[in-house]
Amino acid sequence: MLSIENLHAQVEGKKILNGIDLDIKAGEVHAIMGPNGSGKSTLSAAIAGHQDYDVTKGAMILEGEDLSELDAEERAHKGVFLSFQYPVEIPGVSVTNFIKTAINANRKAKGFEDMPAKEMLQKIREKSNLLEIDSRFLSRSLNEGFSGGEKKRNEIFQMAMLEPKLSILDETDSGLDIDALKIVANGVNKLRSKDNAILVITHYQRLLEYIVPDFVHVLFDGKIVKSGTKDLAIQLEEKGYDWIKEMA
Amino acid sequence: MEFKEKLLASHLAFEGSIDFSDSVHQTRLESLKTFEQKGFPTRKDEAWKYTSLNSMLRNDFALFPETETTIEIKKVKKYFLYEIDTYKVVFIDGVYSPFLSDTTHDGLDVCLISAALSKSKYRKFIDTYFNKIADTKDSLTSLNTSFTKEGAYIYIPKSVVAEKPIELIHFSTGKEKSLWLQPRNLIVVDKNAQVQILERHQSLKPHQVVTNSVTEIFAHQDSFLDYYKIQNDFSTASLIDNTYISQQKNSNVSMHTFSLGGKLTRNNLNFYLKGTNANATLKGVTILDEKQHVDHYTLVDHIKPKCESHQDYKGVFSEGAVGVFNGKIHVDQIAQKTNAFQQNNNILLDDKATVNTKPQLEIFADDVKCSHGCTVGQLDEEALFYLQSRGIPKKEAKALMTYAFANNVLESVELPILKRRINILIAKKLGVNLGFDL
Repeated sequence: MLSIENLHAQVEGKKILNGIDLDIKAGEVHAIMGPNGSGKSTLSAAIAGHQDYDVTKGAMILEGEDLSELDAEERAHKGVFLSFQYPVEIPGVSVTNFIKTAINANRKAKGFEDMPAKEMLQKIREKSNLLEIDSRFLSRSLNEGFSGGEKKRNEIFQMAMLEPKLSILDETDSGLDIDALKIVANGVNKLRSKDNAILVITHYQRLLEYIVPDFVHVLFDGKIVKSGTKDLAIQLEEKGYDWIKEMA
Repeated sequence: MEFKEKLLASHLAFEGSIDFSDSVHQTRLESLKTFEQKGFPTRKDEAWKYTSLNSMLRNDFALFPETETTIEIKKVKKYFLYEIDTYKVVFIDGVYSPFLSDTTHDGLDVCLISAALSKSKYRKFIDTYFNKIADTKDSLTSLNTSFTKEGAYIYIPKSVVAEKPIELIHFSTGKEKSLWLQPRNLIVVDKNAQVQILERHQSLKPHQVVTNSVTEIFAHQDSFLDYYKIQNDFSTASLIDNTYISQQKNSNVSMHTFSLGGKLTRNNLNFYLKGTNANATLKGVTILDEKQHVDHYTLVDHIKPKCESHQDYKGVFSEGAVGVFNGKIHVDQIAQKTNAFQQNNNILLDDKATVNTKPQLEIFADDVKCSHGCTVGQLDEEALFYLQSRGIPKKEAKALMTYAFANNVLESVELPILKRRINILIAKKLGVNLGFDL
């Protein structure tokens, strides 16, 4: 589904990613782990198309098409979704109205009419149930005054609504207590299918107990220095990142 | 002849059109002298540093169109809050339109100042209130006073809660190529009374119209006044709004100003907090493009202790629009325990727009809480990325962000139907296809 080849990226002239190779197939869950400053968030921003992240070398091929030259919204239309570590607050625009706007923008880009109101409502109801979100929450201003857990649940709710091919979950476990973590992970697991793929970016192994990855990669100094199965995550949890640093 | 000379020369003819035996005529004449001495303000005046009237004053304005024009209701319906029942005082080219109006004397007075000036039963009121809070040294206010003839007169008696909002609407038809209007309003909200008022100046087609309006408002003890100014005119129409508000003990006045269109709009908004525990709210949303100019010049004068004032003005500017905010807070030496807050935030959507923002704090008491903040910036790139990453194109994402920024001020709008209207106006103005009903 997504094939990243020798990806180099920089922010404000500073090289952060130094040749990433990653191949994610449909139906797979990959986890990227690594210490602070290893380039995890840069990788997610580069895939999603943040304009401050310059891809200087390499390619990101999603279903045969290179994403590198596309704007963020075009990548979204192709099926890329990023769950933000710090979702942005938008006062005056409710969760419901925001998701309607997003869904219809995606449909428009694909040449479809707006989603009929009834269908939209049903879908919102179905997906909000999945994440145990009540209707009062849906009428609140987007992310404004949301707790950490509410913000992340809202991110996954948007993922559920937009049905992306590739979802990147950037530090989705940060700021979550165990109950919220379970709800979020449970939602993600229900969205897993043979047709989509998920890239989980996390510092800790905790989230991976609930969203079990097929592959784990360790990022250090802008490169993937080790790949393995979920056991690698457990190893990292026990030993920390120092042995990886030494190895690199 | 310069416009100033024309105005002075025309006063004699003006006197012929009114009953100058009324009790305010001496005030008219004195005010004319003040205007004659001071003339129109220029950019050399500190208060007019960023706003020039020069080019506007070059027009040859018609001053007193006499004939009453009728307009079909269906053509102007959209300018009213037609969804709900309201009192209405409507003027067309400066002349009262009984046909479009819905006035009352039943339990409260919603009528004309011309009536109040001519009838003896209002004499006491006029003597008590007329020109008593307006700045008699201000040249434009004096100009208005000297030609006092028509406008709204509103009196809400003690403990009366006005059941319907009052709409003050001034239409200009464009029958005169250029027109100078000077409405004069007097509003008294007596003890423990409550009222909601909307004011709108609207031209019906593009033409040079300048309105130099003066409104005096007296909010007595424990009264509530909720006032909305809707400024969304053609970019040929200019407005100089001089509003003076006197607040007594425990009174609560909030003023929302929505400036969404017009060639030149100057809002001189003056609050005088004359009784303890008075509460003043000043909020504004300004969204301008092209060659439009809005200047908010506010004064909040904390004269008595324990009063509170909140100012929150938001501006969005693009394509050569100019925004000015000058917010003056004066705290008298005896006005201890004052809480005075002021906030002015602006977004420039491109590099052709300009904002001048200037807080002015004069604090002579020592036990006060005062704060002010102003920002001029662009939209947050991170927030735009967030919206784009959901598939919303950048242009729409910008519009949505701007909408959210301005929309924040609307939370305190107490009339749901008006809130909805303004929401839609703002969305339209920003070209946001929100993809949902508001």
